[in-house]
Amino acid sequence: MAQKKMTLEELRKLREEKRHSVQVRDTEGKTIQVTVGMGTSGIAAGAKETLQTLVAELAKHELTNVRVRQSGGLGLEHAEPTIEVRVPKMPAVIYGRVTPDVVRRIVNHHIIGRELVDEHIYDRPAADILDAGDHPIVNGE
Amino acid sequence: MPYASFCLVCRGTACESSKADTLYDEIKQHVAANGLNDQVQVLRTGCFGFCEQGPIVKVLPDEAFYVQVVPEDAEELVHEHLLKGRPVERLIYREPGVHALGNIDQISFYQKQFRVALRNCGFIDPENIEEYIAREGYVALERVLFEMSADDVIKELEISGLRGRGGGGFPTWKKWKFTKDAQSDQKYIVLNADEGDPGAYMDRSMLEGDPHSMIESMAIAGYTVGADTGYVYVRAEYPLAIKRLRTAIAQAEEYGLLGDNILGSGFSFRIEIRLGAGAFVCGEETALLLSIQGERGMPVQRPPYPAVKGLWGKPTVINNVETMANIPVIIMRGGAWFAKIGTETSKGTKVFALTGNVRNSGLIEVPMGIKLREIVYNIGGGIPGDKKFKAVQSGGPSGGMISYENLDTEIDYETLTALGSMMGSGGLIVMDEDNSMVDVARFYLDFTVDESCGKCVPCRVGGRQILHLLEKISKGEGTMEDIQRIEEIGKTMKETSLCGLGKTAPNPALSALRYFRDEFHEKIPAEVREDAV
Repeated sequence: MAQKKMTLEELRKLREEKRHSVQVRDTEGKTIQVTVGMGTSGIAAGAKETLQTLVAELAKHELTNVRVRQSGGLGLEHAEPTIEVRVPKMPAVIYGRVTPDVVRRIVNHHIIGRELVDEHIYDRPAADILDAGDHPIVNGE
Repeated sequence: MPYASFCLVCRGTACESSKADTLYDEIKQHVAANGLNDQVQVLRTGCFGFCEQGPIVKVLPDEAFYVQVVPEDAEELVHEHLLKGRPVERLIYREPGVHALGNIDQISFYQKQFRVALRNCGFIDPENIEEYIAREGYVALERVLFEMSADDVIKELEISGLRGRGGGGFPTWKKWKFTKDAQSDQKYIVLNADEGDPGAYMDRSMLEGDPHSMIESMAIAGYTVGADTGYVYVRAEYPLAIKRLRTAIAQAEEYGLLGDNILGSGFSFRIEIRLGAGAFVCGEETALLLSIQGERGMPVQRPPYPAVKGLWGKPTVINNVETMANIPVIIMRGGAWFAKIGTETSKGTKVFALTGNVRNSGLIEVPMGIKLREIVYNIGGGIPGDKKFKAVQSGGPSGGMISYENLDTEIDYETLTALGSMMGSGGLIVMDEDNSMVDVARFYLDFTVDESCGKCVPCRVGGRQILHLLEKISKGEGTMEDIQRIEEIGKTMKETSLCGLGKTAPNPALSALRYFRDEFHEKIPAEVREDAV
């Protein structure tokens, strides 16, 4: 972050450049994105071990096209640790109860083998309101 | 050869009981029989939280969302959709305006959650300001600084109907207006992140998952009321939240979104963090302000209210974390948008920490007016072991029980108060048939007795006496008079305590008595009970 104090124009330009890049990151050859939920409860449930195993497993298979990032809690506290995996041309998937063993399966089966890992798939708890301009709740329905 | 399709069968406990396991087996068999094993992966998933419509099957990447699928449907589903690529219309989820094919994101409201305050939690990397900016971050601040007057902002908040999420439910626009109208050389913005209710972690999650929304909202508040300094009061037990907030403040300063002359607008604003030592009473606003000033955190008489005479005697806006999390959205989407969500008196959504004896515990955000039943049974997935629901404790140690008869009450500030509970900050602890209400009341009184600052007599002495009586009853040594005495002391505490802590401390005991009086009677030895009756 070499940025220095921005003007209004610079902020708007930066936002435009980065827009949606949270979802789709194809910069620097990183086509796959794995997000680890690293809130206090996630960490208490073992998210740090999950993250360490994930990074080690990616290194072991020399998977340099995977960007690993962190987020706060998703709201799936009963299923933590959670991770989200986005692989191009595959559905974005949130996995729950991701122990080191499960994360190794996710790397080997989902990221390398292009199949989903059974028994650990969960749903994002709500629609993203940034995409939900015509959401029924605010349309008086 | 990678799979072309993924067929996800819901495996929540409710769905299992409606034959989801047989359905899964049937789908697998038909996939194999149609020679699709290499093309379709059949999987079992966690609960989709839509149990009354279960079992649920999703087909990806087609995004077909099937409901109430029975094992007999498996053959048609596999043959038509997975083999021939023709979705089975009759099983696709529908409701007015929704056809659940190809747009699962748009129908995600089937889960009954709607995330405004939590919009970024779980989406962005909280330690990277650019990810916040990418998701409409600082758009609201931009708009306020360059397109809106202070009165415009307050007007928008008034239209939105936003009320304080820390417990009391005071209209946010009024707070801001009082401070804006107060004449002073110096004003302050304070973020109350002193979350202390047992079982509640809304503030922690928002600070950890989306710290920049706090910075943006505090700056907006500063601009509106004419303050150039803000304080975040957060408890030291939240080290990760503090770390992320510090990082966020440093990044905002670096990017020119905090500090002097923000974005060249001429407006300057700074934020400092003050750590609390974990006293529950410091969540009370006057005690909190004293604690920031380096004094002992004890409540003082109001009025004057902090909006007029607050930190170091200067006009001060104090808002709770969740209240602030809503501000940027209200500015971006408009107050009218926000006011469409919720009930007549309580607009918007509410974040709850759903814990206790419930399957899917977690942080949830739902529109005001949702029924408790929907929270416990749809979002929460019901009670483990299919035990009987007994009550929900809402509002933490200041709140009360909501019993089975009131499961269908539409939750808002007023309805909860009418039930003898309160919104509080949003803890919801589910209790099943095995929990003793006498013990639950005792637990909360034990907490508030510990946390009473001791300044006023009703709270210091009254709380201890109620706790003592509850312990006596719990041990089977109580009398009918003891029950009456709890109610008398409780009433006195409510009427005469200095601050909210003492005023609300008897609530758990009083509401337990209101809804579960029988349980207290059962704990009283029979010979004493007969005498009294």
